[in-house]
Amino acid sequence: MTPIASSTASSPSATGVFDDVVRSESSLRRFLHGLPGVDQVGCEARAAGLATRSIKTTSKAFAIDLAIRMVDLTTLEGQDTHGKVRALASKAMRPDPADPTCPATAAVCVYPDMVPTAKQTLGDSGVHVAAVATAFPSGRAAMDIKLADTRDAVEAGADEIDMVIDRGAFLSGRYLDVYEEIAQVKEACARPDGTSAHLKVIFETGELQTYDNVRRASWLAMMAGGHFIKTSTGKVQPAATLPVTLIMLEAVRDFREQTGQMVGVKPAGGIKTTKDAIKYLVMVNEICGDDWLDPDWFRFGASTLLNDLLMQRTKMTTGRYSGPDYFTLD
Amino acid sequence: MSRIDVRKTYKLYIGGQFPRSESGRSYVVNDAKGKLLANAAQASRKDARDAVVAARAAFGGWSGRTAYNRAQVVYRIAEVLEGRREQFEAEIRASEGVSPARARAAVDAAIDRLVWYAGWADKITQVVGNANPVAGPFFNLSTPEPSGVIAVVAPRGPLLGLVSVVAPLIVTGNTVVVIASEDNPLTAITLGEVMATSDLPGGVVNVLTGSQAEIAPWLASHMDVNGIDLTGVEDVELAAELEVAAADNLKRVRRPSPDTDWLAEPGLDRMTQFLETKTVWHPIGV
Repeated sequence: MTPIASSTASSPSATGVFDDVVRSESSLRRFLHGLPGVDQVGCEARAAGLATRSIKTTSKAFAIDLAIRMVDLTTLEGQDTHGKVRALASKAMRPDPADPTCPATAAVCVYPDMVPTAKQTLGDSGVHVAAVATAFPSGRAAMDIKLADTRDAVEAGADEIDMVIDRGAFLSGRYLDVYEEIAQVKEACARPDGTSAHLKVIFETGELQTYDNVRRASWLAMMAGGHFIKTSTGKVQPAATLPVTLIMLEAVRDFREQTGQMVGVKPAGGIKTTKDAIKYLVMVNEICGDDWLDPDWFRFGASTLLNDLLMQRTKMTTGRYSGPDYFTLD
Repeated sequence: MSRIDVRKTYKLYIGGQFPRSESGRSYVVNDAKGKLLANAAQASRKDARDAVVAARAAFGGWSGRTAYNRAQVVYRIAEVLEGRREQFEAEIRASEGVSPARARAAVDAAIDRLVWYAGWADKITQVVGNANPVAGPFFNLSTPEPSGVIAVVAPRGPLLGLVSVVAPLIVTGNTVVVIASEDNPLTAITLGEVMATSDLPGGVVNVLTGSQAEIAPWLASHMDVNGIDLTGVEDVELAAELEVAAADNLKRVRRPSPDTDWLAEPGLDRMTQFLETKTVWHPIGV
């Protein structure tokens, strides 16, 4: 994995390609509404078609290890304790203590107040700490509070910030407000030493109502400088779905064609089985190509998925089915 | 105008549903004279895996029910079986080529067996549990608890053998994945229909039809299966292989007994074999 600090100057908005677009509310709306509409039936059929691919033996082993490396092991509950976060961080470093060949996950994802605890346990293991910020999950707070929330998390040592957009503003058409919000949070991600935390922008696609809105939100977030676009908080149903992720993958692919900038994608919530995860990986490969088949550019926001991946991995190495008794719950 | 027959497709019974085999395979089932009776689903290892997942998911709820309630449910299976006895008698006659009287007697025996085991649900604890005398001011109580998910290889025969291996496991709170007799899969699936309409929660009993030599090794080595009952395994080498595979996670194993007389009154051992004894110490208050 490339170190996060190296990508500070690569803010897509800095390329100036979209300066005209984001100049005013009306130009931004013109651009976003000028994006081609999503063919709902076609998109769902394509996603369902890709989901039928059969991935077996060595390809499956590769996919499982890759998926483990892409997991943002998440705990975002009111009942989280320091002990639970420590346990989760230990699990992220060595998901399967019985098998040293099992790779570590990409990150652990926690609430900002748990960042120091996670950081302390993870140390320099290479597993990142992601913190949700900006009044997660609703995003309903004043701007200065959201920014303070973000700065706190970065100061506490978060490598990655998962922010939520203001869906109310987005749905009522105040796109520039959303743009400004993302841009400002991105600034708040900066560290004193000139580096900055990676920014993931959560759309909560379950609240965006239409696929067209998902496409618009994707472009808006990429123009505003998000390093990752993420489907959901996991608190709203439906969370991540294949068609929504397909649209976001198309957006990052097209964005790279226009600007040369790569943006990552993170489906989160509702991905529980290895089978599901492999469907997503197939889609990444087919829509974006294998540049995105890397934990730097594609992540799974998940908690229960990891255990299923580990069970499948054990099945592949031992030749017999494993069971949930052999893996920790958190 | 003559009516077109509505033929039944025999599928598997997994998690309260009747899915086709994941593999899409089926095999021919013949009647006693060697003529085609129907096609049955030929389950694969993945169907077995799905069945174990369903059985595990059902275990918490089923084992958490009161013994009294489990008795009611098993009794209800007997009731519904009674209501559909003609269908079972017809199926047994078709597959075994026996007389109407023999078929009737076989169904009677299966129903009686269910009622017999249903009665044990809330009595087994008194019989095999105990209040142990200890040298201190404590109550010391041993109670039987279900082992968990049990894989069963059902013996040859259309109905009585299957009922006799499944009923003792579920009355005590275990959940079951059963491989039906390869030669008699049709009544097994019809029995699945009975169970699906008897308030038995989905996943408590899962019925697979197909080759026991193909499916049983996967269940024997499955780390999330807590016990295996090899009653219907007739191949001695396969039985030994299954016992070895079952040792990996210390499954409880019941060894093959293919020539059991199913009409004789069963003892308690089919129930007690798949129970764990839990002992608790409790201070005696003043």
